[in-house]
Amino acid sequence: MKVDYFQSEYEIIRDFNKCIDCGLCITQCANGAHKRSKEGKLYTEDSLCVNCHRCVAVCPVKAIKIKKNDYSFKDNNSWKKEDITNIFRQAESGGVLLSSMGTPKDYPIYWDKMLINASQVTNPSIDPLREPMETRTFLGKKNSTIEFDENGDIKLEEKPFIELSTPIMFSAMSYGSISLNAHKALAGAAKDLGILYNCGEGGLHKSLYHYGENTIIQVASGRFGVHSDYLEAGSAIEIKMGQGAKPGIGGHLTGTKINKDISKTRMIPEGFDAISPAPHHDIYSIEDLKQLVYILKEATDYKKPIIVKVAAVHNISSIVSGIARCGADIIAIDGFRGGTGAAPLRIRDNVGLPIELALASCDTRLREEGIRDSVSLVVGGSIRNSADVVKAIALGADAVYIGTSALIALGCHLCRSCHLGKCNWGIATQRADLVKRLNPKEGRTRLNNLVSAWTFEIKEMMGGMGINSIEALRGNRLMLRGIGLTEKELEVLGIKIAGE
Amino acid sequence: MKREGEVRIPSGCAISGIFSKNKKLFSGESAITSIKVMHDRSNGLGGGFAGYGIYPEYENYFALHILYDDRVAKKDCEEYLEEHFDVINLSKIPTRKIPSIKDEPLIWRYFVEPLHARLLDSQLDEKEYTARCVIKVNSNIKGACIISSGKNMGVFKAMGYPEDVGEFYRLEDYKGYCWTAHGRYPTNTPGWWGGAHPFSLLDFSVVHNGEISSYDANRRFMEMFGYKCTLQTDTEVITYMIDYLHRKQKLPLKTVAHILAAPLWSTIDRMEESKKKEITFLRKNFSSALITGPFSILVGFEGGLMALNDRLKLRSLIVGTKDDMVYIGSEESSIRILEKDFDSITYPKGGVPYIVTLKETQQ
Repeated sequence: MKVDYFQSEYEIIRDFNKCIDCGLCITQCANGAHKRSKEGKLYTEDSLCVNCHRCVAVCPVKAIKIKKNDYSFKDNNSWKKEDITNIFRQAESGGVLLSSMGTPKDYPIYWDKMLINASQVTNPSIDPLREPMETRTFLGKKNSTIEFDENGDIKLEEKPFIELSTPIMFSAMSYGSISLNAHKALAGAAKDLGILYNCGEGGLHKSLYHYGENTIIQVASGRFGVHSDYLEAGSAIEIKMGQGAKPGIGGHLTGTKINKDISKTRMIPEGFDAISPAPHHDIYSIEDLKQLVYILKEATDYKKPIIVKVAAVHNISSIVSGIARCGADIIAIDGFRGGTGAAPLRIRDNVGLPIELALASCDTRLREEGIRDSVSLVVGGSIRNSADVVKAIALGADAVYIGTSALIALGCHLCRSCHLGKCNWGIATQRADLVKRLNPKEGRTRLNNLVSAWTFEIKEMMGGMGINSIEALRGNRLMLRGIGLTEKELEVLGIKIAGE
Repeated sequence: MKREGEVRIPSGCAISGIFSKNKKLFSGESAITSIKVMHDRSNGLGGGFAGYGIYPEYENYFALHILYDDRVAKKDCEEYLEEHFDVINLSKIPTRKIPSIKDEPLIWRYFVEPLHARLLDSQLDEKEYTARCVIKVNSNIKGACIISSGKNMGVFKAMGYPEDVGEFYRLEDYKGYCWTAHGRYPTNTPGWWGGAHPFSLLDFSVVHNGEISSYDANRRFMEMFGYKCTLQTDTEVITYMIDYLHRKQKLPLKTVAHILAAPLWSTIDRMEESKKKEITFLRKNFSSALITGPFSILVGFEGGLMALNDRLKLRSLIVGTKDDMVYIGSEESSIRILEKDFDSITYPKGGVPYIVTLKETQQ
């Protein structure tokens, strides 16, 4: 007798009084959770449901809802349901547990423990509807000393910069981990918004080269899709050293996702696994990174800023200080709540640091060393709304990367099953029938709306503080107060407690 | 209760300034008259003056005005001064006992020059050497505060209404070609005299009205370059930014004004190409020196005076001229009391500096 150790995690509840038996749920569920019996009756296989809400959203009569299955083990504080079922899974498979997107675990979210200031009496708040409110942002190295020519005029020697209309960019998500339609939506929205998106480590699809001005191209440990036209294609080049969701390990795109188009873009054979090594095998130390930075600068004639992206880990501030001294123009720090298309669950849930603490300690460290202006800081990994953006900038970031938020705008329901490749929303999949569910034009509009709405909210909050330009908010930690934090946490964040 | 420096105290204020382009010397009384009109803009918790050209007999020496909490502070500070400077002259600053000014600290004045050997050793010029010593004393020697450190100029400040402060310091006995004055309206008690304005470093002195919202961004930027914002006041950080941009980066004051109160991007985008390139370059490279929030400031320096408003002009400021004289004030009444018949009256636009210099330095 085969014993099934598992109970399905969700229950699909269908209201047969409402159901018109159209069968749309069956065709829409790539996981096969909706089925029709030989007798023609609709039924569900709940164990296949990932709770992505596609059936709920498309059902014309709203007859479906998904509920968490309330089956329970005997109460136990040490051995929770998740612990027990994960042991069952591994005892059965012998494999590494995989998951996707950012960690769902209950770690402190420091964004929610910081409050923003506003003006009262002693200086006026500014109304962004009536007064100019500036969010234009430049990323890159600054000139630490001004030089003059023989006429006494300032030498306007420009270092490579990125210009953004608002301090928000779409973070790296590779073609392969997400669909071409998702890339099209991101690229189009970046162009409309005057910001940049990041094509990730999977190369750049031919059809997207004309968005180059709004593109950051990535060079990662697998070097997928890297060639000279690619390096020239974007406005900036990002060296990916690590990712917040899985610090210390590389990526793994299974062969089933490597179709013809992806194989061409990545420059690897069709159907073979695409494995990004854990380290760059030409970078075993900081001096090696410097060489890669300058190789890329040489290759692009010193015209493009080089971004180095690292995962937030324990000694992040020394690492960032080292990177700032090795020629990087911009450093992107990715916090451990950041998303991923696939990661070993234990790593995602246990390795790395919250971005708020990493950002605060890096900004402080770079200032202590007097080199904060030699580099711009971009942070990502769980920026959920405009208030998070404001707090990040007040802590010291120049701009933020958003990934998960952008995908949610495209329809992602955070079911954390990207690694299965069957995304019903057409985002994290390469199945043509699923990809076409994501309309790039509509996605572009939704992303446009999201970032425009956030920008307006940022302006409202800035105006409330009496600040009319984003640069006066950057590193302005007096605009933040902590709530419910220990003295040590406040010290690391460099902020005062509320009421002080 | 925490004393100023341990806590940040927002203030409203009155400012005024008088300048003679021909370097005619006049006593501090006119500055008192001018600031007194704006009595209601202060609340008796701080007032002060800066005079330029007041020490002609010691014009080659740095004049240090120092406030001491007690004799221990004085002893420590003087020990430090003697290790670093040749003290040419020292004396108590003469004051007059008046009922409204109480609990005064010990107020001393030193004319000094850097010790030659130490200066050589430091590989710095004498201004940088002196500035570093001043910052060191103010951040490290408990109970000592150098409020003035320029040549042929001096700052006089105290707790009280500015007109009383002027009387206390016997400003009628000093003659200068430029005076600035300040009446302070702090929201809570600063606890000591150091927090009053003008704030000064070397020959720069700043009086300021407003509360800037960019304070901590500016402060953290400045602290990268060795400045220590011990008072946590806007005026202090503004002074340091001017010192950094003008003295260290060698940018002209007009350019400094374009950094502190940078034009809006929408204005920059409409500028002609070369101007646009330069202003964009400055805004990008010194973005952390942008000041937001309301301010009007008067910056005194050797041979000149600059008035500047925030870019939205959230504080009033008026300039009147008569012959070689320039009068600047928060309110028109403060300059009308000194001159009835102006040649011209202007209201500097937000972010556009008004700079006046001595005729002799212009040639």
